[in-house]
Amino acid sequence: MKIVIIGNGMVSYKFCEKILSKLPAQAAEIVVFGEEPRPAYDRVHLSEFFAGKTADDLLMAPADWYASNHITLHLGDPVQQIDRSNKTVHSYKGITEAYDYLVIATGSSAFVPPIPGVDKKGVFIYRTIEDLELMRDYAPKAKRGVVIGGGLLGLEAAKALLDLGISDTHVIEFAPRLMPRQIDESGSRILEQQLKQLGLQVHTNKNTSEVLGDETITGLQFADESILEADMLVISAGIKPRDELAKLSGLETGHRGGIVVNEHLQTTDPEIYAIGECALYHGMIYGLVAPGYEMAEVVASHIAGEAQQKTFTGFDMSTKLKLIGVDVASFGDPFVSAETSRSIVFEDTMKGVYKRISITNDGKYLLGGILIGDADAYNMLLQTSKNKVVLPPNPEDVLLGSRGGSQEAGPGVLGLPDDAIICSCESVSKGAICGAVEAGNETLDAVKKCTKAGTCCGGCTPMVKDLITGTMKAQGKYIRNVICEHFAYSRQELYDLIRIKDVRSFDEALDHYGHGDGCEVCKPVVASIMASLWNDMILDKGNDVVQDSNDRFLANIQKGGTYSVVPRIPGGEITPAKLLVIAQVALKYNLYTKITGGQRIDLFGAHLSDLPDIWEELIEAGFESGHAYGKALRTVKSCVGSTWCRFGLHDSVSFAIQIEERYRGLRAPHKIKSAVSGCIRECAEAQSKDFGIIATEKGWNLYVGGNGGSKPQHAILLAADLDSETCIRYIDRFLMFYIKTADPLTRTATWLNKLDGGITYLRNVVINDSLGIAEELDKEMQALVDKYKCEWKEVVESPELRKRFNHFVNAPGAKDPTVKFDNMREQKKAAEWK
Amino acid sequence: MSTAISTNTQTTVEWFYACNVIDVPPNGGVCVKYDDVQIALFRFARRDAWYATQNLCPHRQQMALSRGMTGTHNGEPKVACPFHKKTFSLEDGRCLSDETECSLTTYPVKVENDKVYIGIMQEA
Ligand SMILES: Cc1cc2nc3c(=O)[nH]c(=O)nc-3n(C[C@H](O)[C@H](O)[C@H](O)COP(=O)(O)OP(=O)(O)OC[C@H]3O[C@@H](n4cnc5c(N)ncnc54)[C@H](O)[C@@H]3O)c2cc1C
Ligand code: SF4
Ligand code: FES
Repeated sequence: MKIVIIGNGMVSYKFCEKILSKLPAQAAEIVVFGEEPRPAYDRVHLSEFFAGKTADDLLMAPADWYASNHITLHLGDPVQQIDRSNKTVHSYKGITEAYDYLVIATGSSAFVPPIPGVDKKGVFIYRTIEDLELMRDYAPKAKRGVVIGGGLLGLEAAKALLDLGISDTHVIEFAPRLMPRQIDESGSRILEQQLKQLGLQVHTNKNTSEVLGDETITGLQFADESILEADMLVISAGIKPRDELAKLSGLETGHRGGIVVNEHLQTTDPEIYAIGECALYHGMIYGLVAPGYEMAEVVASHIAGEAQQKTFTGFDMSTKLKLIGVDVASFGDPFVSAETSRSIVFEDTMKGVYKRISITNDGKYLLGGILIGDADAYNMLLQTSKNKVVLPPNPEDVLLGSRGGSQEAGPGVLGLPDDAIICSCESVSKGAICGAVEAGNETLDAVKKCTKAGTCCGGCTPMVKDLITGTMKAQGKYIRNVICEHFAYSRQELYDLIRIKDVRSFDEALDHYGHGDGCEVCKPVVASIMASLWNDMILDKGNDVVQDSNDRFLANIQKGGTYSVVPRIPGGEITPAKLLVIAQVALKYNLYTKITGGQRIDLFGAHLSDLPDIWEELIEAGFESGHAYGKALRTVKSCVGSTWCRFGLHDSVSFAIQIEERYRGLRAPHKIKSAVSGCIRECAEAQSKDFGIIATEKGWNLYVGGNGGSKPQHAILLAADLDSETCIRYIDRFLMFYIKTADPLTRTATWLNKLDGGITYLRNVVINDSLGIAEELDKEMQALVDKYKCEWKEVVESPELRKRFNHFVNAPGAKDPTVKFDNMREQKKAAEWK
Repeated sequence: MSTAISTNTQTTVEWFYACNVIDVPPNGGVCVKYDDVQIALFRFARRDAWYATQNLCPHRQQMALSRGMTGTHNGEPKVACPFHKKTFSLEDGRCLSDETECSLTTYPVKVENDKVYIGIMQEA
């Protein structure tokens, strides 16, 4: 048997994979023609090309995969003709191949509307790696970017323009709302707001009539006479199925494009199949990868003559927008009419969240819905609607989560039937995943390898994880995050043991609770627990060598092996006299200076042996350690507040200083940042901090669990309108509870996300003392506060400790001769490493 | 501990005095200067063992291993570089966390009368 495949895109590749697995080895001769210069790649994650992925990273499989499976692959060679009577195809490069079965998987191309001027320089489409390469090369010249098309792809392209550094980017949509096929008016409004915050301007109801400019684009002219200046345009107005070859060979195609197929994906010629984005089934083009994969499965099964013939009966077009930075998802039928269903809507314009679900009139089943701003529940809801899972008595719980704190919101992923599809890209059922776990695949990687679930878009990974834990729990296996091979305890367990047994050194901990010698994982964990519990000098009792390297030398190691020095500047307030001292020290020790994001000054490039001298001078002038090297409180940033600002409600600087001085030196599972803003304008960005405080008319609002960094997250309101004393008491409890219960190296945001019961639970612990530990938490924190000492002061005053700050043990004072600096803008910088 | 080793290519070990035992923090490391060479010296106080390797981390060519954290992996002594936490065996110098990384040169160590000596191979 000989199978020829036209096109080598995602679906073509998947078909090869499927047919290979269904036929005995080498039972069929397989030939693939691809028009693009490289083998099939992951178009779904195309945008990651701008995030640093290379074309090779994106490949579905390297060229030698085809060779080793005896597939002949002709790349850069499109098929130009199908001779149906002789059953042959002819390619551009002159190859003729005969076939028994022909599979057309030519995908689609970007639809470019016939607007005058679309051929100008600076106009792009967004479909192939080559398109992206062209955009990347052009973008540095562009100041304002425009995307025509406010659909799924258009928004993704707009985000790509932002990522390419074009901060002024606009989206033009012809319809009155964004993503018209997926979401409704209200959803679109919220989405627009959210996009604005990302820097995307949205214009709906705009009909582009002309691309302006001579050779190169200078702007867009709209039907309503308005003009938008622009120097780069991406057109993403939909897709056009590549049916030209089919048309040419007399196969039936649709009016608006697409190769007509039946439920076996056969075209009007039963020996020719069409799959993927070029196929038109029941008048519909399926522009997503999962249905394409399903089609590949059906055809492979048909050609292989499997006993259980599958047919294609349409596909769920639920989608979740990735990458954009705003969650958007729709599932099931999002536009059900009011007669046959009722809907539940949740809208929070402040936070930019809009959720709507449609349920049957009897409240039993979920029909579909829209999620904007927060789509965490997407997979769960999708499965609930697809599998007709009966809803809980209060259907709104599936949308809002149960609001008692203790009760579960619906049965969760474990309540789904066994045949529920968890990974829609690879069609892996719940039963298959649980089966794999039962067979001993107890990690995500193992399950991925064994079932392929989660290997494509990755959207189902959280559910797969839940299934692994759930199945293991059901088998009576207790799942615990033990620290490492030397300690068979979780951090929380070890914390309690160390506290109860009053353990003060790592060796003692190892003697009592561990075995072996310890390692770079458990040593800093134990060191941090002891620091959080006792607040002893961290370099005493032999504990210096178990501190993370930065803690061991009380400074941050930088490129080249020198250190940076960060004195504490509480609240970011500093006197001119102290500024002068920093300047003098920097000049004397030849340090590079930079203002940090936390409102203080970082001095880089200090030799190890200079550190004690530098600190001696700083401490002399009244500075203290800033703990920039520790998993500890870093800074409490502040805006200028009511002392100067005309909007200020309270004195944010004084409060920030008070708080920073209270928690300075506090060691925790991870670093802690904070900020205080003097009013709702939030100049100190308090909501991006582990705990943040914003002044209100009546007092302070306290937010917790925020995060900047690579996974930004807004802090959540813990309590409102507090007086200063209560605010501090709540912070005491929040921090102490976090310190006691978090896993190692877990920021408050992740900790709170994982906390059973979430913010409601935390509020109960902190405010209502639901665990009865509030008094203990208060006392423990006060003890730590009372015990604070500046670590650097202790080092400076101890000749023994100072000795540890030498580079050579046998040549004290001698500097590392390999340290090299370069010059840049009148300061030094570390020499580039290899 | 290792004493003079001789092989068929006639290498002998020359011992030089590095420092005193008390100069090295228990379960930690220090950097020893030997002419222009920097050697990282580690003291495993819990098992009374000493190890020495080059101080240069081969990953980004940083003089940093002596400041790294020591430990064991399945009983094999190792050090983790403070820069990117690559770990190296102190027994044979191979990189434990990345097979493609270069190995460290290791040196024999001996302790006599609370003085620590590091051995340098000399080809005769
Ligand atoms: C930026 C972007 C983001 C996307 N994001 C998502 C997403 O999040 N989720 C999702 O489900 N889908 C997404 N998609 C859609 C998804 O990529 C497509 O559904 C999928 O690639 C379709 O696969 P295909 O094999 O049918 O077509 P294609 O991947 O387009 O492959 C067809 C191939 O055939 C070649 N070809 C055409 N004619 C010939 C010929 N005559 N001879 C030889 N070769 C020919 C073409 O050059 C092409 O390489 C996205 C698409 C893009 C562009
Ligand atoms: S947050 Fe309010 S008080 Fe503080 S600087 Fe901004 S506007 Fe002024
Ligand atoms: S420099 Fe040592 S691990 Fe990178």
